Amino acid sequence: MISIQNVEKNFTLHNQGTAVITVMSDANVEVTPGECVALSGASGAGKSTLMRMIYGNYLTQSGSIRVDGVEVVGANPRDVLDLRRTTLGYVSQFLRVVPRVPTLDVVAEPLLALGEDEGAARNKAATLLARLNIPERLWSLSPTTFSGGEQQRVNIARGFVHPYRALLLDEPTASLDAQNRETVMCLIEEAKARGAAIVGIFHDESARDRVCDRVPDVTSFLPKGDA
Amino acid sequence: MTLQKSSEEFFTEFSENSAPRPLFRVANIEKRYGQRIGCTGVNFDLYPGEVMGIVGESGSGKSTLLNCLAGHLEPDQGEVLFDTRDAGLVDTVTMAEPERRMLSRTDWAFVHQHARDGLRMSVSAGGNVGERLMAVGARHYGQIRDEAIDWLGRVEINETRIDDRPSAFSGGMQQRLQIARNLVTGPRLVFMDEPTGGLDVSVQARLLDLLRGLVRQMGLSAIIVTHDLAVVRLLADRLMVMKDGHVVETGLTDQVLDDPQHAYTQLLVSSVLQV
Amino acid sequence: MNDYNFAYLDEQTKRMIRRAILKGLAIPGYQVPFASREMPMPFGWGTGGVQVSAATLTPEDVFKVIDQGADDTTNAVSIRKFFQATAGVDTTEETDKATVIQTRHRIPEAALNEDQILVYQVPIPEPLRFLEPRETETRKMHSLEEYGLMHVKLYEDIARHGAIATAYAYPVKVEGRYVMDPSPIPKFDNPKMTMPAIQLFGAGREQRIYALPPYTEVVSLDFEDYPFEASKADHSCELCGADDSYLDEVIVDDQGGRIFVCSDTAYCASRQTALQDAAAAQHEEISA
Repeated sequence: MISIQNVEKNFTLHNQGTAVITVMSDANVEVTPGECVALSGASGAGKSTLMRMIYGNYLTQSGSIRVDGVEVVGANPRDVLDLRRTTLGYVSQFLRVVPRVPTLDVVAEPLLALGEDEGAARNKAATLLARLNIPERLWSLSPTTFSGGEQQRVNIARGFVHPYRALLLDEPTASLDAQNRETVMCLIEEAKARGAAIVGIFHDESARDRVCDRVPDVTSFLPKGDA
Repeated sequence: MTLQKSSEEFFTEFSENSAPRPLFRVANIEKRYGQRIGCTGVNFDLYPGEVMGIVGESGSGKSTLLNCLAGHLEPDQGEVLFDTRDAGLVDTVTMAEPERRMLSRTDWAFVHQHARDGLRMSVSAGGNVGERLMAVGARHYGQIRDEAIDWLGRVEINETRIDDRPSAFSGGMQQRLQIARNLVTGPRLVFMDEPTGGLDVSVQARLLDLLRGLVRQMGLSAIIVTHDLAVVRLLADRLMVMKDGHVVETGLTDQVLDDPQHAYTQLLVSSVLQV
Repeated sequence: MNDYNFAYLDEQTKRMIRRAILKGLAIPGYQVPFASREMPMPFGWGTGGVQVSAATLTPEDVFKVIDQGADDTTNAVSIRKFFQATAGVDTTEETDKATVIQTRHRIPEAALNEDQILVYQVPIPEPLRFLEPRETETRKMHSLEEYGLMHVKLYEDIARHGAIATAYAYPVKVEGRYVMDPSPIPKFDNPKMTMPAIQLFGAGREQRIYALPPYTEVVSLDFEDYPFEASKADHSCELCGADDSYLDEVIVDDQGGRIFVCSDTAYCASRQTALQDAAAAQHEEISA
C-alpha cells in the first residue's frame, strides 16, 4: 500500500551559503494493508521528514514513494491532491484551519471535498467529535480558540472521518488524557481492521507496542558517515 | 486549428493524465514594457475546481500576468486558451473583442483589490449585483431582485442593505459585494487581484472563509494574485512564485511553502513574520 | 449688416453637417460626431438644433420653433427671428403648415407627415453617460451592443421609487440596435417617435448629430414586470378641454390654485378657435 524505495532527501539552503544538507539516503519502508508501522529514532533523525515526503509536503530528490500505486515523487500537484482527497489521510501535530469556520465543518470538510452530502458529512463529523469527547457546545465554534488537547482531537477526527486506505499519524496520542488516548487507540485498531496501511510516529511507547506491527529505525536512513 | 495543435504539442508532458480537460491553458506568455520585462515564459494548465495562487513581491510581474490572462492587457507573445462552452479551447488573445467581453461578463469574473474599481459606487447594492444579469438579458425586475437578495445573503450582507449604495458600506462589505456582483452569473473562472489587501485581519479571515466555501460549492476555478502567503496557504491548491517577471517555482501550495526549492522562495518564506 | 450667407452658416459648414445628417439617417440612432460651430448664442440654448436647422432649411421652407411645446417663449421667439433674419424663410406657429420644426423637449400633438422634418435640441446625447462617464467606454458599449447598464438605471429607479420614475429623456432602442437618448422630451411623447416625418437630433456643445428616418421602430426600454407607460397629468386642458394632450401645470394665484393647460400652444389655440367657431356657428344658427 505504501512503498518507499531508495529514497533520498536533501535540503539546499540558498540563503546560507548554498549549503546542501543530505538528511536521508537509501530509505526503504514497505507497509501493507492492515499494517501499522511506527517510525523510530532520535529527535532530528528524520521521522517527520519522511512522513512529509510520503504526503508530498516535502519534495523527494530521488527514489520512489508509491501510495496505492500512485508515484508521489515528481507527481503533478493535481495527482497529489487527488491522492490526499481520496486515499491518503494525515493527522499532523498542528491544526491549520481558516479562522471562524465551526469545528463541525472543519471535521466534515474532507467528506465535503469528496462531494458527500452536507447533512451526512456533518452527521459523521458529529459522531466522531462525540466519541472524542469534544463537548457539543464547542462544535459551532472555531477550533482556533481550543486548548492544545482539544485541537489535537479535532485534528484526529478530521483524519479519521473518511476511511482513508493509507494514514499518516504524527504523534496522535501526545497531549491526550487516558480516556481519549484509549479512543484514539480504538480508532487506529478499527482502521487497521478495515485494511488501512498506517505509518506513524509514537513517542508513547505503550501505545506503540499496542498498535504497531513493526518499528523501523530511521536512523539507518541517515547518510552514511553521518550516523 | 494549427494554433491549437501547437499548444497541444507543447503540453505533451501533461497529456498522460488527460482524463478531465483543462479549463484554462496558458502557453508561453510574455509581456514587455519596452526593454523591461513584465512577465515572460509563463506556462500552466488550470483544471476545473482548481485554485492557483501567484505570489511574489511588488513588481515581480504577477499583476501584469493576471491582467494578460484576464484580457485587460494584450500579451506580446503566447496563448491564453479557455475551454468555452460551445467551441472548446479557444485562444482568448486572438478572439474577437465582443466575444472576449462577453466571456468576461459570463464565464469569467475579476475581483479587484480595491472594491471601488470593481463596483459602481453610484448604484445600489442590488443594482451592482443585478448588472451582470441584465447584461446577459434578464428583463424581469422581480427575478433580478430575488437573485440579488439571494446573493447578498450568500456573501453575508443583510438584505435590508439592498438599496444602499456601496459608498455606505465598510471595506469588507464592499469587497463581499464585489464578489457577489462577480459570481451572480455563475462564472467558471475567477481572477482575483489581492482580494484581501487593505482589509483588517479579522475581516480578511471572514472573506477567506467565504471565498473557500463559494469555490467549493460552485466548483470554481480561480487564479489569485497576492503577496500574502497566508492567503494562498488557505485558498490555493497550487502555487506559482514569480520574481522579476519569471516564474521561479511552481508546485503544491504546502510543498512550496514548507519545502521551498528556489533561493527566492526560501527568502520569501523565511521573511514572513511568525505569530 | 444684412449680408449673411443663407441661414447664417457658410456653405462648407452646412455641407459638413449634411454629411453628418445623412450618415445619421443611414445608421438610425447612432451618434455621428460633427464639427460644431460657434453660433451667436450660448451653448445650451439650442446651438445643435440651430446648426441642423441651418443645414436643412431651403428658401422655400416654412419654419416653426417650439420650446416645451410653446411658440411664444424667449428661446422659440429668438430662434425663429434668427432664421427670419438670416434665411428670410417664412415662419408659422401652425404645426401642419410648417415644413421644418425645431423643438426643445416636445413633439407636437398634431400628427406629423412625410413632408416634415422635426429637429430636436439635445443637451446630452449619450444615454449611458449617467452610469459610465468614459466616452471611450460608452462608444465601445454602443459598438458591441452592451446595454445592460441601461437597465441598471431603470432598476435603480424602481428600487428607489417603486416604479420607473424617469419621466423625460426616457431611453429608447432604435430598430433593435442602438440605444438612444430621445432628448428631454416627456416619456408621453416616446410612442410618437415612430412617425412619417424625419427626426434629426443636434447636440451643439457635445458635437453629436443623430437621426431617425421615417417609420423607424423606436421602443422604450422597460422590464417585463414594469412595462413602459406613457404618462401625463390626469386632467384635461383648462383652456381647450383636450384630454389627450400633454399638460403643463400652471400656478394661478398665491393660494396654491393651479390649472392644467396644453403644453403645445399651437394645438391648444387651434382647438380653442375651432370651439369658438362652432359656438359662433351655433349662435348664428339660433339667431337665424
